[in-house]
Amino acid sequence: MKILVPVKRVTDPNIKIRVKADGSGVDLTSVKMAINPFCEIAVEEAIRLREAGKAREVVVVSIGPTAAQDTLRAALAMGADRAILIEAETGVEPLGVAKALKRIAEAENPDIIIVGKQAVDDDCNQTGQMLAALLGWPQATFASKVELGEGVATVKREIDGGLETLELKLPIVVTTDLRLNTPRYASLPNIMKAKKKPIDVRKAADFPELADLRLEVLKTIEPPGRAAGIKVNSIAELVQKLRSEARVI
Amino acid sequence: MRILVIADHDGTTMSDATARTVTAATTMGGEIHILVIGHGVEAVASHAAKLQSVAKVLCADAPSLAHGLAEPVAAIVARVAGGYDNIVAPATSFGKSIAPRVAALLDVMQLSDVTSVISADTYERPIYAGNALQTIRSKDKRRVVTIRPSAFPAVGEGGTAPIETIEAETVPELVTFKGSEVTKNERPELTSAKIVVSGGRGVGSEDQFKQLVLPLADKLGGAVGASRAAVDSGYAPNDWQVGQTGKVVAPDLYVALGISGAIQHLAGMKDSKVIVAINKDADAPIFQVADYGLVADMFQAVPQLIAELDKT
Repeated sequence: MKILVPVKRVTDPNIKIRVKADGSGVDLTSVKMAINPFCEIAVEEAIRLREAGKAREVVVVSIGPTAAQDTLRAALAMGADRAILIEAETGVEPLGVAKALKRIAEAENPDIIIVGKQAVDDDCNQTGQMLAALLGWPQATFASKVELGEGVATVKREIDGGLETLELKLPIVVTTDLRLNTPRYASLPNIMKAKKKPIDVRKAADFPELADLRLEVLKTIEPPGRAAGIKVNSIAELVQKLRSEARVI
Repeated sequence: MRILVIADHDGTTMSDATARTVTAATTMGGEIHILVIGHGVEAVASHAAKLQSVAKVLCADAPSLAHGLAEPVAAIVARVAGGYDNIVAPATSFGKSIAPRVAALLDVMQLSDVTSVISADTYERPIYAGNALQTIRSKDKRRVVTIRPSAFPAVGEGGTAPIETIEAETVPELVTFKGSEVTKNERPELTSAKIVVSGGRGVGSEDQFKQLVLPLADKLGGAVGASRAAVDSGYAPNDWQVGQTGKVVAPDLYVALGISGAIQHLAGMKDSKVIVAINKDADAPIFQVADYGLVADMFQAVPQLIAELDKT
């Protein structure tokens, strides 16, 4: 059993980004980058399945600038076996990414593709579902538990109001939710070992679907801020304000 | 211009998010149809027919559609989509699952979690956990759009649209529904509640969450929310999570108890009309967005607050 895990390099989710004053986008110069948290959960899940003897190989793939090699190295240090990077210096969209990943999947022939449910930069929440549709595979989005059986997977998913359990015939696409697992920290020896693991670098020119952009960004602005509020000194004052000033209770 | 809204429902009741999505669709300009997919969904279809601005309801009803599985649902939507310019779904867990699948089948890009409609092909949507707003125009021949329900009011009722039955799709049955654990909830639904009371890591434990957050929510007649930290610590279930990766809410009153105010939490609630924060840390970032902040130990403040609300 082989598992393919697409990973994305994004801005560190703990830093507050700055919007450029001219409305042309988000200022990414000298911003700390990291592996998308949901992709990290996907890598962890794949490694756990391999460690449990359910899978033989974990292949990570990223689409992004040369620097995305760092993201792949992070996944290799966690325990992934090998990596593929499609070098794309310009912006990409989920549909193009899903098409490129489809071709990687057709070459690699994985039984499961585990994808983060969304990237914390564009917050699209699309790639996994699109990839499943293009491959004609079933999907289990927002997974909080994955169990593998003979030719099937049982997945518990987070839905509005609770949880749902599906049984899916392999091959499948799974997208990860927060509670699926807590990713490990890579140990120093594993970080050293990861440096020797192979990264197969492909040229964007071989993936023309990535350049087929369908959306045009007209402007990017900072959201309107909230007017500064006040501090109240007591519960009585709070309730009085909510009743007579804000009139919300 | 024709618009197809995909109804989100639980088999018997149409979600409030669908009525909000119809409002968003009205601002796109065009004839609106609603597509209801499920099994035994007559009640949902007749409810959809009552929504204002809806010209027609399409209903696909078959046993294989009983659980809203993404594969058969997306296949039906993609088949019907040829007759429409915009295919619109609420950004609920159902809408988020099916819409990108539909978009890929139609070979178009999706516009996710739209908060404002500029025109039929141009939309505003938040990125980076709501720290930036992007205006994007789609160059595709038809558009797949998901709508953030909290950004639009629900459309009113009083319409009488005709209901037309359509064929269900036959797709290979690769997925079996095994069951669901849906929390029976007497409280208002989180994303449409007028009042939301949320607890954070500061609440300290699952028991204390039950003893503090829930009684205050019930006193105010509100829904219960939680920060990601509280969910991660096991104090509250994941479907209560408010934030970038959880639910986005915009109630009239949002009460944050023991929530520090991480960027990703603020993304889920900063469009609330009035925000109240109670936290013992005077420097907590939540106070920067709170209209009324109280620096206090919540274990004393919340019982006092409930007592104060009991007076009068």
